[in-house]
Amino acid sequence: MDVTRPTSLDDALETLARRRAVPVAGATDLLVGWHEREHRPEPLLDLSALRAELGGWRLTPDRLELGALCTFWELRCAPQVAAEFPLLPLVAAQVGSVQIQTRGTWAGNVANGSPAADGVAVLMAYDAQVVLASSGGRRTVPLDEFYTGYRRSVRRDDELIVALHVPRRRHLREWFEKVGPRRAQAITKVGAALVQFEQGWRVVANSVAETVRRCRALEAALDAGRRFATPREVQALLAQDISPIDDVRSTARYRGTVLARIIYYWLAQ
Amino acid sequence: MAELVLEFTLNGQPTSCRVPGEARLLDVLRGPCRCTGVKEGCGEGECGACTVLLDGQPVNACLVPAFQVAGRSVETVEALRCDRDPDPELLNRSGVAQCGACTPGVVMMIRWLRRNPHLAAGADLRQLLAGNLCRCTGYDGIVSGAAAALKQAGGQHSDT
Repeated sequence: MDVTRPTSLDDALETLARRRAVPVAGATDLLVGWHEREHRPEPLLDLSALRAELGGWRLTPDRLELGALCTFWELRCAPQVAAEFPLLPLVAAQVGSVQIQTRGTWAGNVANGSPAADGVAVLMAYDAQVVLASSGGRRTVPLDEFYTGYRRSVRRDDELIVALHVPRRRHLREWFEKVGPRRAQAITKVGAALVQFEQGWRVVANSVAETVRRCRALEAALDAGRRFATPREVQALLAQDISPIDDVRSTARYRGTVLARIIYYWLAQ
Repeated sequence: MAELVLEFTLNGQPTSCRVPGEARLLDVLRGPCRCTGVKEGCGEGECGACTVLLDGQPVNACLVPAFQVAGRSVETVEALRCDRDPDPELLNRSGVAQCGACTPGVVMMIRWLRRNPHLAAGADLRQLLAGNLCRCTGYDGIVSGAAAALKQAGGQHSDT
């Protein structure tokens, strides 16, 4: 097995400039089924020695910055973050178990690219930006433009996600809900994150398309002040943006129906 | 990296062992380190039977690549032999252990909560322990045993 363990971010980026390698942070996705695999994946780039450069979070005057190694657990233990971005600790507490949250990172959740990623849904609803670094420089991509398809993104092989930036803005209403087979330690069958800013709404759904998905038709209707008389009206708008499938965890019909209902009943409160 | 010489601290003792490059922390503990109290249940981070403390935080040893453990500190259920931890007795009284597969992981979670009483204060123990599946007893005994252990820890804490 081929593992590179850089001790500085510059070294890590130089490695990626030379050859392809899968960055490893908390390894909670990578190691599922690891011992049963016959073929080891591509070369690995272990980030765990880069805590000084990529760890933790901080609040600047205009944004929350999450280092690439910031874990779900760290934000469960951050009252300052909870006060401004209540959905972040709320969703963190629902990602796997405590034992997963102490290892799993927000940036890893983004990089892994699962359409079921709860952390991604909430980050996208807060208009997060992905900071990508390479030996040639940095660029910032809005999270809702990061994915290009199922587990595919605009990240180039020579780039590393080094941070996530979440703008500090006033939120009028915000909500996240996931539906799974049990309340804890479950992978989402269908989930939704909604945030109302002064500038407008964000509606993000997970497990209902090939990527975590913004539901722009519903956002536009909410921005226009539309009210809904039934869940079916919500479902008709959602259908313009989502494309749920039948798979091992749920069915397309269940996902489409339940997503519309949880959103409808929350809006009706 | 076919093989890895791994140096870390295990239950307070400096440890060195040679393991395959793709070994998981779980393999290191149960194999060369002979810490067979750490159980492999699902092997994919669902059941918590392999819960150990890594630098003081609970993790599933099945999801930690050994190469990430170099220089760090690991505590397993075997650490309890050394310090006469009262938790196992409290758990026995609450009727937790039946087949025993989940118990070492549960004990490590309680050990972590005892050291971090602010986490348990006012929190839902069921939620904090949701990553430790038990297929024998249900959860009432585990939760009441954990609550008893934390109450005792709180008492000890205020005495000192």
